[in-house]
Formats: sequence, structure tokens, C-alpha cells
Amino acid sequence: MLHKAQAILYLKGVRMMRRVLTRRRGEGLIPYLFLAPWLIGVLAFSAIPIFTSLYLSFTNYNFIGTPNWIGLRNYLTMFTDDPQYLQSLKVTFMYVFVAVPLELAFALGLALLLNRGIGGLGTYRSLYYIPSLIGGSVAIAILWRQVFGAEGIVNQTLGVFGFDMPSWIGTPGYAVWALILLKVWQFGSPMIIFLAGLKQIPSDFYEASSLDGAGRWKQFAHITLPMLTPILLFNAIMQMISSFQAFTPAYIISEGTGGPVNSTLFYTLYLYQNGFGNFQMGYASSMAWVLFIIIGVFTWLAFKASDRWVHYDN
Amino acid sequence: MALANRYQKILLHTLIIAGVVIMLYPILWMLSSSLKPSELIFTDNSLWPKKVTMDHYIKGWAGISKTTFTTYYLNSITLVAIAIIGNVVSCSLAAYAFARLEFKAKKLMFGLMLMTMMIPLHVLVIPQYIMFNKLDWMNTILPIVVPKFFATEGFFVFLTVQFIRSLPRELDQAATVDGCGPFRIYTKVILPLIVPAIVTTTIFTFIWTWNDFFSQLLYLTGQEKLTVTLALRIFLDAMGESALGSLFAMSFLSIVPVFLMFMFFQRFIVEGIATSGIK
Repeated sequence: MLHKAQAILYLKGVRMMRRVLTRRRGEGLIPYLFLAPWLIGVLAFSAIPIFTSLYLSFTNYNFIGTPNWIGLRNYLTMFTDDPQYLQSLKVTFMYVFVAVPLELAFALGLALLLNRGIGGLGTYRSLYYIPSLIGGSVAIAILWRQVFGAEGIVNQTLGVFGFDMPSWIGTPGYAVWALILLKVWQFGSPMIIFLAGLKQIPSDFYEASSLDGAGRWKQFAHITLPMLTPILLFNAIMQMISSFQAFTPAYIISEGTGGPVNSTLFYTLYLYQNGFGNFQMGYASSMAWVLFIIIGVFTWLAFKASDRWVHYDN
Repeated sequence: MALANRYQKILLHTLIIAGVVIMLYPILWMLSSSLKPSELIFTDNSLWPKKVTMDHYIKGWAGISKTTFTTYYLNSITLVAIAIIGNVVSCSLAAYAFARLEFKAKKLMFGLMLMTMMIPLHVLVIPQYIMFNKLDWMNTILPIVVPKFFATEGFFVFLTVQFIRSLPRELDQAATVDGCGPFRIYTKVILPLIVPAIVTTTIFTFIWTWNDFFSQLLYLTGQEKLTVTLALRIFLDAMGESALGSLFAMSFLSIVPVFLMFMFFQRFIVEGIATSGIK
């Protein structure tokens, strides 16, 4: 009985192999040779790690011993017994939901100014893009520490107007604003995407509406803005996803501490401290999963809400 | 929306230029401070230094505890070069399969590739760290460069797929008639035509790998293995604000390669962002 079953399975296997090897449709195994690096990569660097990380998030694991299954305890600790975690959530939410709208407002504003048929568009566009190019680097974070330091150029400028400010970097409540402004400073890349979107709007829309007597403001509200909403949605989602994961500026500006008084303790910075400072890898994994869920939920919400305000032109 | 008159036009230019100056002022201030004698950095407010000195560059380059920035630059350049080769080869291979070849579960796999682009790095990094540690790859560049040879940056695969799809299929068909198999079509027909996509992949790999801090911080720890970004951070921790001039000099130098890439390949960067919406 068993032998028969084995024989059947074996024959089935052979037939399947033959089918894979000599498939009519397509080029047999050849496509898989081209795909092999990617397939191995997905398996080794995405699929296996993602399941391992999910497993680790339910364990207590300090990198040296073996992971200890503790069920949901990591997740419970986070929300009930770790004020620092809640602080990191607070700082990150504030950062994302203040910096991204401001950044997009600047990006859209400048894109509209640059799109008014003036000369030198290419040069201006490149100059405004420079901060996006280097804004996430260690060099710029080092610069930012000085720009927003006690005697930095920001305070010197404010001093001219009679404001006496403390060091932004060293004062809780101010430090996160230095980071927010660093993000806003990088509005060049969403601006380029807005500019590309503005070019897609057919000029006869504007011509027709001016014949109807629409002024510039009306044109903006009834043509430009609705036509740009898909791009606005795209920019908002992309910037939101990347700023939830911001790490380098907070790390450098606070020298890895998230200080002063945890006021720049970004989510990923606290995750890094837990996972690679204290080697609480189980806890750090569950933090990573919560971040994943948060990003997923907000992306989903943005798409969901988009039915109401995003105009798709069919 | 053409502008009504010349006066308005001048006003607009002035506004835009003022914006540029404010935006780029911090970078210019860093450059100018790096050229000023230390005592003038916070006292001489003009961007044009009264006295120019190269001291900060010489002292800064000497680095920390005997390892100079020559080592750090060589390390960064090696890392970036290998990353570029990995991404270009592996991503173009996968892209060719997705764009031109027929196979089972193609749609499913393409979807899988798009999905991997959306997974935050932090979800993967802990298991990867454990794995690389088991492989004994700590304090080497392997954890950073090896994944690049396995098309892990789906974004570049996607970009190249889009590019190949825009090429006329007749080219492949003609080559098939001439007796070319998929491999020869890939090397003789597709590769020469996707040079712009390869350039875009190269530039973005360069900029991202050069600027990357997180993975280098995790995997490179030995003094002689440090890259430029890591060296800057050590510099900051060791010297703090006492050697501000040198810190600025080395920080400024570290962004120069990125600037140069941008200047020479602007068109590819702007198009890359505008068509695919990356950073």
C-alpha cells in the first residue's frame, strides 16, 4: 500500500518536473535563470527574515541565548509599561504630522511659482533639490547641530529681531523643531514631482476657463488643485512612510541618546537602542512590527480617504 | 499661465532667488566656516572669510587616532562601487525576465517584488543581523553589498522593467528570427538599449550608499573599516565642538561627491524622480 502510494507520488513528481522543464508556453526554465538572483534574494533577505522577525516579536531574545516564547508580553509591555516607548511614539507622530504637511505645502507653493512660464526653471529646480540630495546625511546633521546651536545662525538671525533663544539642540521642546525644519528643508523632491504633475495638465483647460472669465484663483481652485490631487496623495504617502522611518538626523543631532530628555527619541532610534544597544532583540522586533502596522494603517487610511478628495480623470 | 508684465516677472524671479539663498545659506555657511580660522567662525558673520586658511582641511584629513580620511574615502568608494555592480547586474537580469519572458506565476512574483519594496527595513534588519553574525560577516562590507547582488532593491527592478517595456518588442522578435536565444537578446539587444536605466540605477545607488548611515553603523565597527559617514560621526563624538573647523571641513568634503554626481547627471536624477517618485 505504502509502496504504491510512493510510486504514484514519484511518478507525479517526475511528470511535474517534466512539465516544468518542457513547458510550451514560455521558455521553460530559462526565465528562472534570469530571476534566480532575485528569487534567492527575496527568500534570504525578505521572506525568511520577515517570518523570523514575527516569531522573535513573541519572544524574549538577547542575541546570545535562545529565544524564549513569551506570547504577547512584548506588545503589552510597550503600551502599558514603557513610558519611553510611548514618548518615542509621541515624538514620531508629532514629527510626521507636522513636518510632512509643511514640507508638502512648501513643495506645492514653489512648484506653482516655478510653473508660471518664467525662465531658468531647470536651474531653480536643481538648486531647490540640493537639500533633498544631502538632507539625510551625517554631514548635514552635523551642520544642523551648529545652525540650531546656542550661537548658530538661526539664533543670530533671531537675535537681530530681539529674540533671545536658547540652543535649539539642547532644549527639550525646541530640539524636535530643528528636526522638523530639517525635513521641511528637503521639500525639493516632492516639488519636482508636483512640477511633473503640473506639466500634465492640458493648457486648453486654462484657456477655456479664461474665456469663461475665470480668474487665477478660481483656476487654481477648480483646475490646478483637483488635477494635482493624485500627486498630492502620492507625495503625502511617500513622505509619510519615509519620515516614520527617519533615523540618521535624530541619531546624530542627539548623539544617539534621543535627548535632551527624550525629546528627539524617534521611534527607529528607540528601536535601535533596544535592539542593538541593549540587545533586546525580541522587544525590538515587536517594535518593528508595530511600526509596520502603523505605516500600513496610515497608508490604508490615506487611500481610503482619497475617494473623497482625490480626483481621477477617466 | 503666462505672466502679464515684465515687472511681475522680475518680482517672481527675486522671490524665487531669495528662497534659494535662504535654502542654501546653511551649506554656504559650512563651506565658509571651514575656511575661516577657528576664532572667526562665530565672530565673523560674513560668508566671505576675511582670512582664508586650509588648516581645517589638513587637520581634519589626518583623522582620528592615526587612521586618515584616505582610508575612509577608499572604504566608502569600494563599498559604493561594489554596490553599484551588484544592483546593475542583478536588477537588470530580473527586470528582463519580468518585462520580456513568459513564465508561471509571473504576475504573482511581480506583485511579490512590489510588496518587498514596502516592507520597512526595521522589520527585516534584526533577523538579517542575526544571520550575518552567524555567517561571521560582522565588521566586513558583506552584509551591505552581498544583498545588492540579489536584486533586493525592488525599486531599481521596477524602474528597469518600466524602461524595457517601453522598448519595441519587434527588436526582440527580429533577434529571435536571427537565431538569438534569451541570453543573447539580453546582452546584445536589451542591455545596450537600457543604458539610461542603468545610469539611473548607478546614480541612485551611489547617492544612497554614500549617504547611508544605518547599515554601516550596524555592520562596520573596526577603525580601519569605517566609511566617511561613520568617521564623521566618530569625529563628532571624539572632538565635539572643539574642532568645529575640521568637523565642518570634513563634513563639507563628504557631500562633494554627491554634488558632483548631481551636477553631471542632473537629467537622469530629475527624470528618475519625476517618473517614479522616489526621494
